[in-house]
Order: sequence, then C-alpha cells, then structure tokens
Amino acid sequence: MADFISGFWNAYVMGLVGLSLLFCLFVLMSNNKRETGPVELHGHVWDENLAEYNNPLPRWWLYLFWITLIFAVVYLVMYPGFGNTKGALGWSAVGQYETEMRVAEERYAPIFAKYQGMDVAAVAIDEEARGAGKRLFVTYCAQCHGADARGAKGFPNLTDKAWNWGGEAETIKTTITGGRMGMMPPFGPVLGPEGVKDVVNYVRSLSGFAHDSLRAQRGVELFQQNCVACHGPEAKGTQAMGAPNLTDGDWLYGSTEAVMTETVQNGRTNRMPGFGEFLGEAKVHLLASYVYGLSNQPAAK
Amino acid sequence: MQSQATYNYNVVRQFSIMTVVWGVVGMLVGVIVAAQLVWPELNLGEWLHFGRLRPLHTNAVIFAFGGCALFATSYFVVQRTCHTPLFAPGLATFTFWGWQLVIVLAAISLPLGFTSGKEYAELEWPIDILIAVVWVSYAIVFFGTIAKRKTSHIYVANWFFGGFILTVALLHIVNSAALPVSLTKSYSAYAGVQDAMIQWWYGHNAVGFFLTAGFLGMMYYFVPKQAERPVYSYRLSVVHFWALIFTYMWAGPHHLHYTALPDWTQSVGMIFSLILLAPSWGGMINGVMTLSGAWHKLRTDPILKFLITALSFYGMSTFEGPMMSIKTVNALSHYTDWTVGHVHSGALGWVAMISIGSMYYLIPRMYGKTQMYSVGLINTHFWIATIGIVLYIASMWIAGVMQGLMWRATNPDGTLTYSFVESVKASYPFWAIRLAGGVMFFTGMLIMFYNMVKTMAGEKAYEAPVVAPAAAHA
Repeated sequence: MADFISGFWNAYVMGLVGLSLLFCLFVLMSNNKRETGPVELHGHVWDENLAEYNNPLPRWWLYLFWITLIFAVVYLVMYPGFGNTKGALGWSAVGQYETEMRVAEERYAPIFAKYQGMDVAAVAIDEEARGAGKRLFVTYCAQCHGADARGAKGFPNLTDKAWNWGGEAETIKTTITGGRMGMMPPFGPVLGPEGVKDVVNYVRSLSGFAHDSLRAQRGVELFQQNCVACHGPEAKGTQAMGAPNLTDGDWLYGSTEAVMTETVQNGRTNRMPGFGEFLGEAKVHLLASYVYGLSNQPAAK
Repeated sequence: MQSQATYNYNVVRQFSIMTVVWGVVGMLVGVIVAAQLVWPELNLGEWLHFGRLRPLHTNAVIFAFGGCALFATSYFVVQRTCHTPLFAPGLATFTFWGWQLVIVLAAISLPLGFTSGKEYAELEWPIDILIAVVWVSYAIVFFGTIAKRKTSHIYVANWFFGGFILTVALLHIVNSAALPVSLTKSYSAYAGVQDAMIQWWYGHNAVGFFLTAGFLGMMYYFVPKQAERPVYSYRLSVVHFWALIFTYMWAGPHHLHYTALPDWTQSVGMIFSLILLAPSWGGMINGVMTLSGAWHKLRTDPILKFLITALSFYGMSTFEGPMMSIKTVNALSHYTDWTVGHVHSGALGWVAMISIGSMYYLIPRMYGKTQMYSVGLINTHFWIATIGIVLYIASMWIAGVMQGLMWRATNPDGTLTYSFVESVKASYPFWAIRLAGGVMFFTGMLIMFYNMVKTMAGEKAYEAPVVAPAAAHA
C-alpha cells in the first residue's frame, strides 16, 4: 500500500528531499576552492577584538561531507525512501519481519512439534521440555505470575493445588490459549453494609478464621440467597465459571477481613489475556505442560 | 558619541544567576532519580515517584538551566556584538520573569502528575501558552536588537542564536497544539503515528536547535573571547551553519526506527542524520582550531578547559548520534541505557560544560570584574565534572550494550536466553557507577554556586558602557 494519500504528497516529499540534498551539494560546491597563500582575517571586528580568519575548509572534513552525501543517494536508490520508490533491493520492514518469522518457524517449529504429540503429563517430566517451558514462562508469564510462578495479589499462584478454572492438563491449555475473564459482581448495593459484614463473617468461619459467630449465623442465609449460584451451596466454587472455592485456604486477593469486605462490597474483575494466537499451539502445549508440572511433581523427585 | 549609554546587563545578570541556581536544582533531581534506580525504595509516594521526577529533571536541566544560560548569553552577546543596548528592555525583563514563572509552574505541576505525555514537552496547555508568549517576546527583543545594530555584518554567534530562537518557536507551537478539556488536561491535536512523528520532529530539533544551535552561538562568542584569538574560519561557519539548520529538520524519524512509521520516513531520517555528521563537526573544528597559536593557555586557564572539553564532547556525541541512527545499530541501542549515555554525553559534556565555561566568563563581568572569586575552584569544578561525565557515559555504554545483547540473545530452541528482569539485575552495578558520576557532576555545580556567591558578595551590579564599533579593516 502506498504511504501517500495522493500523488501530490509523493511529489512534495520527493521535492523536499531532493532540494535538501541539492542544497548541501550547493553549499559544498560553492566553498570548494583550494586556496594558496597566507590566510587573511575576514575584515570585520566586533566587540573590541572579535574577528574571523578565513581559513579554507579542511579537506578531510569536505571528504567526510561528500561521503555521507554519496551514501545518502546510494541508500535512497537501494531502499524505500525517495517518495514512493521501493528501492532496488525491494526491502521493506514488513518483508524483513515476515522473512525472519518464516526462517524462525522453519528452524524452531520441529523442536516444539516433537512434544506436541506427547501427553502433557509426559512432557511435564521431560527435562529438556521443562527447560524450554521455563524459558517461555519467564518471557511471557513471569510479568504477572512471577519468575517462581507463585503469583501476587490478584495473580494466581500456579504452584499450589488450588485452581479457580481447573488444574487438569486440558483446562490449563484452554486457559493459556484463550485467556480468562473472571468477574464477581458487587454485592454492597444488594446486601447493605450490615449484610456484607454478615456474609464476610460467614465465609471466614468456613476457613476457621476469627469471626463474629452471631454475624456468621445471619450470613448463612444471605449466602444461600446470593452467593450459591456461583460459589455453590457448600462454597466449594464452580470451576466452569472461575468462581473460587472459599473453603480451601487459597485467597487470590488476601484473607484479611478488610480485603474480603472489599471483595464482597465492590466485586472483582480480573483478566488473563489469551496467548494462543500469539504463541501458537506447540508453545502453548509446552507452557501448559510446564505449568502442570509445577503442581504435579513426579513422585521420583 | 561616548555618552553614558550602557548595555542592559541587568537581565543578563538575572538569567546568569538563575542558570547556576536551576543547574543545582535540576541536577539534584537527576541525582535523586539515578538513586531511585539503584534503590527503588526511594520512590516515596506518588509525588516523588520516578515517573514524576524524571520529567521534572529533564525540564529543569534543559529548559531551566540550559534555557536561562541561553537567555543570559544571547542577551549579552547580541548587545555587545551589535554595539547597542537591548531593544525593548521592558520586554526583556518580562522574558526573565515569564520564564521563571514557567519553571516554577513546571516544578509544581509535574510532581502533581499534570502532563501532556509528550517527552520534553510535558507541560500542560496553559503553561505552553505562557512559553509561547515569552518566546515571541524573546524573539522581538533579540531581532529588534539585531535590527538596530551599529555594525554592517551580523556576528556569527547571532546567526546561531537567531536560528535557535526562530526554530524553537515553530517547534513548540506546532508540537504543543492540543485540545484542552480542562485547565489541567488536554489532548494532542494529532493522532497515532502522526502524533509520534510530530513529537520526535519536535524532540530531535529540540536537541538540534535548543541544545545545539543555541549553544554553538555561545561557543562562537566565548571561545574566541577567552582564547583571545580570531575564529578559525568564516567560510566554515557559513557552510556548517546552513548545512546544520537544513539537515537537522529531517532527523526526527530516527527516534522511531522499526515502528509503525512508514519505511520511507525512517530512511529519510537515517540518511539526514548521517549527513549531519560533517556539519556538526564543522562547529567543533571551528571552535577547537580557534585555539591554534594559543594552546598553551589550556594549561593555565580552567575556563578554556571547560570550553574546549565541551567541544570535544560535542564532537564525540555528534559522531555517536549519526552512528546510532543507522538502523542496524539502532536495533541494538534503542530502548537501552546507551541512549541515556548518549544524551548525557551531549547534555553534560557539551551543553553543561559550554554553559558553565561561559558563565565563569560572564558572572564576574556582571560585577565589573574579569575573574571569579576563586580560579582554583573553577579548576576543581572542571576536574570533578569531567571525571563525573566519564563515569556516567562509560557505565551507560556498557550497561546499554549489555542490555541490548541480553534482550536479543536466544537459546538453540529460539526462546529468549534472559528474561527482562535479569537484564535489570545485571544493570545495577552500572547504575551505581552512573549515580557516582552524577553525584560528582552535581558536586561541581555546588562548588560553582559557592564561587558565584563569593564573587557577588559585597559587589555592586555593573552596567558596562556601550562600545563604539571598530572601523572595519579594509
């Protein structure tokens, strides 16, 4: 696609580029005389003693200028740059990108493809595959989940057995491929401040945290009315919709009363981007195996 | 006509003093942000966070320190070489107070988080308008003085100052065009890749005209004055002036190599950046060669040391710049600390050194003296500053090349050898060395401040009588 919306701008750019180069040429040509004899002062004096010699331009400097000008013209012949001209080499940034990607694909695809036919559990214990998986992980995943995959507030720990969306090999693959969007609606407006406190105390009682038992008792009913649709009647969560198990001691945002109140009050929205299109199936398979291996260490180890 | 007419030294004096003051402030902020990179715990709260202080540092050193130095020297030089007091002295006074107001507003608004998000043009639209008004006033004073000059020829320093003033007005007004939505928030008038291109057209020409042409003007007065030698070549000054201002305009796209910017724009940016090498070196040659026949003065005159070292750093960074604009080199250097090192070899080595040297010439003359309170302290300042720059630049080169190589290293399976954070970890020792270099340079500014205060102490402000132009040599 041409970079200019009309032929006018093409001509305009060509004209300006050409003019600038010609101007440099003109300035050089008109000062190119070799002079002999003594160098004289230019003849004006400013501020008592400021004067100027009129030494000729140093030759080496002139040659340097010429070389860069010649380079510029040659470059414009070889590469796109003079208006819409494509350049004798037919180079383009997009072309270079596509070539490099194709070469990389040819070179590396077989390495990753060999694991693709293998079972995730099998890849997870393959030393070489784990090495490659770890390198992919620190490049693409560590920004959120940490280099040790233990996560941070709002970013799940991938080394434990708690899985909001499911920890089976295929589910991990689905998560990496398509990403996930978790959403808990705010319950502050529904429950009111007292109701929020009651529910929080009930949920805390499920994990044996310090709680107000009277509030927890009142919270049972509110929980049954408002929360079970996602978290289930026993608060064990629903992996199909990413609703966390509230009884397993694993807390994505933290387990203090303040944080839990904030969660119930305002809800939570969280998103993991999909990597399928970007990385391709083979690398996703390797990554999924690596992540699977983090919480499913082989007994031998 | 030896009446009592005097040059307007008042505004020169004001700008000179504030040059040193803002130099101390701007470089202190630089030391703080350098320390924050070594010890991230120093990011205390949002107002003193790296992201807020970094633009404060760049604005303070470029526009407060560098800007005041340019105002002071251009007002001084244009009067003395035109043999006439400043045109519109009231307007000149306004430029002083207006510029100080801009700086104070920047120092308040940037830490508070008000920014237009354009590098080196972060200030929001009301401040931008104030800058434009001050700048147009500056142009009126400067060109008005040129117009009423008593000499037939315009001295070469004034070409550079004039080119710098005109172009900065154009750059600032075009790049700052924005749609305000409130007093403190506006959106750029341009979108997408056009916005990026205009930003770097501005950004690189801020380097080319604010930080190069303006300071070359300074060089063309203070080097021959301090060396007491004629400028090396009138002809060379003509050639490199026109070549410089004609080609700098094109160089902006080299900041956007391998981006969405069209290929042709990147190519044009690269070739003109390379062509810039010779015109830039023309200024260096003309300055350094002015010393021929007076080289011995370098041994005893620390002011000349500042000026000539500045020209050496200028030559070095204007060689490095064109090299870094070559796409294949840029692919390695871009986004690394190499860029930061390059900028500082220009900013500390060239801009700051030439300004400091010129100020050491200028400040005593504002009080009717010819020498600072202590020449020994100027010498101390020179050495501590020079060693500081070398530490700064060398550490950033090593860190930059290392980062570039780490980021592109791949394993046999095509995966990256290093994660980003590993390159951060590997950079720590170099950031510590950079901090040490920065502290040294800052210490030099404190010495200068002390020397300036001692020079001024007990002295009355001096206004020099206007000198009649010498009869032209036949």
